[in-house]
Amino acid sequence: MSKQAILQSVAQGCLKENLPVIKPGDTVRAHVKVREGGKERLQVFEGLVIAVRNGGIAKNVTIRKISSGVGVERTFPLHSPMVDRFEVLRHGRVRRAKLYYIREKVGKDARIKEKR
Amino acid sequence: MLPGILGTKIGMTHIFNEEGAMVPVTVIQAGPVVVTQVKTPETDGYSAVQVGFGEQSEKHLTFPKFGHLKKAGLTKNVRHMREFRVEDATQFQPGQEFLCDVFETGQSITVTGTSKGRGFAGGVKRYHFKGQHMTHGYMTHRRPLSNGATGPQRVFKGSRRPGHMGDETVTQAGLKVVGVDVERNLILVDGSVPGANGSLVTIKKVK
Repeated sequence: MSKQAILQSVAQGCLKENLPVIKPGDTVRAHVKVREGGKERLQVFEGLVIAVRNGGIAKNVTIRKISSGVGVERTFPLHSPMVDRFEVLRHGRVRRAKLYYIREKVGKDARIKEKR
Repeated sequence: MLPGILGTKIGMTHIFNEEGAMVPVTVIQAGPVVVTQVKTPETDGYSAVQVGFGEQSEKHLTFPKFGHLKKAGLTKNVRHMREFRVEDATQFQPGQEFLCDVFETGQSITVTGTSKGRGFAGGVKRYHFKGQHMTHGYMTHRRPLSNGATGPQRVFKGSRRPGHMGDETVTQAGLKVVGVDVERNLILVDGSVPGANGSLVTIKKVK
């Protein structure tokens, strides 16, 4: 067994099946497990996917939203057991893979057209 | 029980632990190792157990190694041999085999390996010298400059100068086992360990 195959098989045990298909420009709702005082509950984070990083088990998405006038970005490892599920609300029409330029935009400029 | 084991560094990846946190792990293919010599105070002056790891074809064996392995009565030729100091060596017999289950999850360990060779390296890379400016008319950029005072008119021994870097034995302490897979002879270590992928590492228990 090659070294690469061994590494893959080690990570395999932590991989999730049926990952949601998420693309840059999508608006998604992430349900994340949060532990507070020994109790576990689901927290929702809704926003625009501005980056998808592949990398096997390290695959993650960066979601940006405007929360009370302040831009907030969170990165979720898709294979993490703390990430419960994703809902894709709408697909956006974008022309690049990383939408970092959206950080500089406010208001109407920060919109992404819906894909049809 | 054997106080350590030999293995091959496979590489690094991530896993998720029970708390859901992502942990960077180094995968080491450890064992099986076989006891090649038992050292006792009567014969050698100290107590230790020598173990061998890996495989080597007979035509590549040196004659002294061939004789040493023959004395141990091994069925296959090992490539690497290392020694572990033990309190009581009489519990081991030559030919005895050990798997990576001498370790369990949560065990504190040190890992010894040979660091990656950097060749002849300058002071900036080797000792983190600041170097000089890259621009603004500076004509020296990465030189070590002064070697000391004019008082003792010589360079002191042990001064930090350019030279060979890396390819030396490095022991990394404060590591932890986060997983053991006996079927595939794999040990998962939290964090990084010295050496290139595919190199020999020695894993030792910490009490």
